Amino acid sequence: MSTERTPVGGRCVKLDDHINSDVIIPGRYLTSIDPLELAKHAFEPLGREFQDRFVAAKVVVAGRNFGCGSAREQAASCLIGAGIQAVIATSFARVFFRNAINTGLAALQSAEAVAHIADGDEVFVNVAAGIIDTPRGRFSFPPYPENLTLILNAGGLIPYVSRTLAAEAHK
Amino acid sequence: MSAPARTFAQKAIERASGSTGLAPGTIVEVKPDLYMSHTASWRCIKTFEKLAGAKIRHPERIAMVMDHVSPAPTAQVAGHHRLCREFARRYGVGHFFDVNEGIAHLVLMERGLIRPGEIIIGTDSHSTIYGALGAFGTGVGFSEITATWVTGVLWMMVPESMKVTLDGKLPPGVYPKDVMLKLIGDLTADGATYMSVEFEGSLTRMMSISERMTLCNLAMELGAKNAFVRPDSVAYEYLTAAGVADPSRHALLPDADARYVHELSIDAAQLAPQVACPHAVDNVRSVGDVAGVKLDQVFVGSCANAKYDDLLEVASILKGKKIAAGIRLLITPGSRDTMKRAADSGVLSTLIEAGAIITNPGCGACAGDGGAMDKGEVTLSTANRNFRGRMGSYESDIYLASPATAAASALTGVITDPREVLA
Repeated sequence: MSTERTPVGGRCVKLDDHINSDVIIPGRYLTSIDPLELAKHAFEPLGREFQDRFVAAKVVVAGRNFGCGSAREQAASCLIGAGIQAVIATSFARVFFRNAINTGLAALQSAEAVAHIADGDEVFVNVAAGIIDTPRGRFSFPPYPENLTLILNAGGLIPYVSRTLAAEAHK
Repeated sequence: MSAPARTFAQKAIERASGSTGLAPGTIVEVKPDLYMSHTASWRCIKTFEKLAGAKIRHPERIAMVMDHVSPAPTAQVAGHHRLCREFARRYGVGHFFDVNEGIAHLVLMERGLIRPGEIIIGTDSHSTIYGALGAFGTGVGFSEITATWVTGVLWMMVPESMKVTLDGKLPPGVYPKDVMLKLIGDLTADGATYMSVEFEGSLTRMMSISERMTLCNLAMELGAKNAFVRPDSVAYEYLTAAGVADPSRHALLPDADARYVHELSIDAAQLAPQVACPHAVDNVRSVGDVAGVKLDQVFVGSCANAKYDDLLEVASILKGKKIAAGIRLLITPGSRDTMKRAADSGVLSTLIEAGAIITNPGCGACAGDGGAMDKGEVTLSTANRNFRGRMGSYESDIYLASPATAAASALTGVITDPREVLA
């Protein structure tokens, strides 16, 4: 998957502030690292109706401090497993942000965009251009530093390290 | 002209990256001194196995601790533990601690693996606890640990820093846990996101390492990247007893005129016991506001408050008494050393006589392993998280408080101000 050039996105689900790791993926499911399996249990504490809308969505929109709590990487990979292409939040908890980049999930901070997006809106993101398109206008977000862009474009930290190893082997 | 003043975090990242003059916000590659992975180690191993041609660069820097879900409750988890055990042997992992040892954070500190000024990354958000010994500890995902096994480096952003000055004497019934819950309630769950939190002040200097652990552990619930207490004679005595030779070798202290984005002071003498209410750690009230809430279970455990002095506090309140009818009191010592000490001193005996269930050391119910609640049930816990569903049903409630509040509440069966039983 590459988010380098083409806009990604589609219908979104919108969440409140401080959505924590245990709500995104409960600890009891951490016996799996398969994104598809994890996706079945993502947001289980919020109930079936929300989960159904979540798996049909392409973008998760949230308020402050999205992903706070545990360091569990599955909080990011379960979103990928559900077909989520980008997360847009007012702010991110530190470990969630790292886990998103490191698993190849675009995590974009834009309080302005979040304020203008309603649950169910069609939202499109162009990571390289730093643009979020919503039914209520276009918003920008600060570009990633170069090294994070390299990791994200590789599809995550492990594919990035794998590529680096392969390049070293050819030297 | 002299170099600009720097915080602890700036100095720690400069040391580990071999660079100087790093401003907050700069991203650099650091060489962590220790890579901790707990039961999540199996995820690191599975990820490692997918990397063709990868080698482990510094096996002596790897520490694995089987603390979450241990001993194995299912065959699947037994398989995960076995994978870790065999991997550790095959690759010469420097520090492997099996299911009998306890919570990673406590074990690594007790065994002298955490040293001032060094950088420790861990697959656990509460790795901030290592600041209690003047180290830089921070939580990462499992892929990051795997990548560091292979490359020896990890990207890190130099954080902004916040200074929290704690002064005044703690009143009876008020503990470091209450100080932190008050701070989290006031600043909210993202009050220190991506920041280094430095604890200073006369009260901090008076605290034992165990108490400093509670401060630095709970700093995570402010969103902190790491926490820090300057290493002093208290820290050096602990480190020497833990067998660390030359413990000040990498020690780093913030400059007196370092820049902080936020500085605040707390007078502990003004504090009352605090309780974090469902389902967020920053939903904090004074104990008086929630006194009388009916409980089904009390849990004394976790890396926040299951150290020896925590168990001693609980035992001193329960001594010669029985817990309320219908209450389940679950006590999970933080580590094997803690449990041994509590056994030797008679603390465990006191707890058992009062009606407590003592489990093996580890994360236990805090990580959802044992001690689950049915729909509608309520637990008062000494842990650091009360997120919905963390201990069983999504329709159960978790309150967080100090070990003393937990003990007082176990006696009555409802949330109780510990000052009532300490009086």
